[in-house]
Amino acid sequence: MTVTTDSVRSALEQAPLDKVESHLHPAGSYDVADHVVPTGREEIWRFTPLKRLRGLHADAPLDWRNTRATWNAPEGATVGVVTGDEATALRGVSGWAPNTRFTARILAEVPATLLVDVPADTEVSEPIVIDVDGTDADVTSGAHVVLRFGTHSKAVVVLNHTGSAAVSAVVEVVVADGADASVVSIQDWADDAVHLSHHQARVGRDASYKHAAISFGGDVVRMDANVTYDGPGGSAELLGLYFADAGQHIEHRIFADHTAPRTKSHAVYKGALQGEKAHTVWVGNVLIRKVAEGIETYEENRNLVLTDGCQADSIPNLEIETGEIEGAGHASATARFDDEQLFYLQSRGVSEKEAQRLVVHGFFNDLIRKVGVPSIEARLLATVEAELAKNVLKELS
Amino acid sequence: MSKLVITDLHVTVDTEDGPKEILKGVTLTIDDGETHAIMGPNGSGKSTLAYSIAGHPKYTITGGSVTLDGQDVLSLSVDERARAGLFLAMQYPVEVPGVSVSNFLRTAKTAIDGEAPKLRTWVKDVNAALEQLNLDPTFGTRNVNEGFSGGEKKRHEIAQLELLDPKVAVLDETDSGLDIDALKIVSEGVNRFRAREGKGVLLITHYTRILRYIEPDHVHVFVDGKVAASGGKELADQLEAEGYDRYLNPASA
Repeated sequence: MTVTTDSVRSALEQAPLDKVESHLHPAGSYDVADHVVPTGREEIWRFTPLKRLRGLHADAPLDWRNTRATWNAPEGATVGVVTGDEATALRGVSGWAPNTRFTARILAEVPATLLVDVPADTEVSEPIVIDVDGTDADVTSGAHVVLRFGTHSKAVVVLNHTGSAAVSAVVEVVVADGADASVVSIQDWADDAVHLSHHQARVGRDASYKHAAISFGGDVVRMDANVTYDGPGGSAELLGLYFADAGQHIEHRIFADHTAPRTKSHAVYKGALQGEKAHTVWVGNVLIRKVAEGIETYEENRNLVLTDGCQADSIPNLEIETGEIEGAGHASATARFDDEQLFYLQSRGVSEKEAQRLVVHGFFNDLIRKVGVPSIEARLLATVEAELAKNVLKELS
Repeated sequence: MSKLVITDLHVTVDTEDGPKEILKGVTLTIDDGETHAIMGPNGSGKSTLAYSIAGHPKYTITGGSVTLDGQDVLSLSVDERARAGLFLAMQYPVEVPGVSVSNFLRTAKTAIDGEAPKLRTWVKDVNAALEQLNLDPTFGTRNVNEGFSGGEKKRHEIAQLELLDPKVAVLDETDSGLDIDALKIVSEGVNRFRAREGKGVLLITHYTRILRYIEPDHVHVFVDGKVAASGGKELADQLEAEGYDRYLNPASA
């Protein structure tokens, strides 16, 4: 299956939306020269430790061949690498123009695109799993990935990142009208990995999109997960689960841009932190444009601080251009263990460590269930357990 | 055997103005198989007594002792006290998000017994306990105390009492906020527990209402951090008729 440049152009030539002046969503451009190298003082970069990015935010070489990807292709879906005109035609297929230097560079400089195609009216029962395994964090690379879900199709795509690497990536997701798409991105990198990524989804009329960002490993992991809507009735569920250990920087940003009426966005990000200088950042941006009447949005971030010396930044931003909506809300909470919860469990004979374990599992359980991919569920529970073993349960073993 | 002995217990709580003494020398013995009711006005320190026995970190013991069958309770951690045979049914049970009732009950039972319960009998026991307390079988899949009604929270506490089978149960205002049907169901649960060999109960309450369903062997009036009077069931009847006034204003008595 190929995509013509016409379909891209038509996506970009929709009726123009009112321009909203805001530092949260600067105007995009495909021209790399339009994007200066960030200094770290910019609002969208102020939390990110640029020095540890191995130049990915600036001018590091982006040789796509340094990232090795393997995949399964369950019946009904096609997965493969495309190059040349075919790859060029896929740049900006999500109806978005780069708003950062690294994303502009990927679109301009990376000659290949990893394309997942789920044809219209096709239900792929098995998850499509793409394994990205790195071997060297000193070699920088860039990747462009396109996940295309046809009208009324249904599929789950899992991007699984492991090993040592310094990767920047743009993942563009097109969810056509009436489709039901899930994208799960697992960042389970080795300790020295650096990963800078931008996931941009365009959600069609009456389509459902679920995006789950799961970050455990890596020195610096930053992901922006953005959504726009192509027509009324689209809904997006943005989930996140992260666990930062000593020295790790894990940063998640979401942007639900309500560009169509009666659309929904619901974001839940939960994180735990343990160890000296474990740092997590969550920035939740929601924009309700003038055209977006009757929409519903809710975003929530909760952080559980397990030890001293950690820092969790949590910033919900809600910009509202119309009051004619169903509902808009946000919540953010960062806390240590609740003494009353621990007392209650201990008063039933459960040891302090076991009580802490129960509380952390409980904290993540509902979210893991929401991810809704059974083969991943067991792995996530095991990973949470392994993370707990590093600190909370250390005295038990 | 189960004998809880509280001797001259003094407890303070930290306030902005420094430590404040709440319990001012409590002495009380619950002998094997006895049920004691502690009645008192608001702010008399009844709940402090319950939480101090269970080991809540908010309270500081400044004097006295508590022993269970001769073992020093105050030197034990909260979970060790529970494993030694103490149970506290709380007035305000705490929500534990994401932890199901069945997981919670199994974890607690395993901790108390030192080994996992036999799966087949355990499932049967849990279902029976929930059913007797008029709790839906799907109750086990709900998260602990999350979204429970006031009555469900109290019935869940009593289900735990029956399943964990402690030596001595401290019930902190388990009757408060219950309608008459729920009060009966909860009382029946407590009475089933009392019917077991040698179980002690310390029933803390503000109202005499629950004593119609759970008949105590001894009644104590608790005022200003200590026991002001002790007697049999007739003391409860007298309190119902006269209130706490004569204990609060001794001059007018």
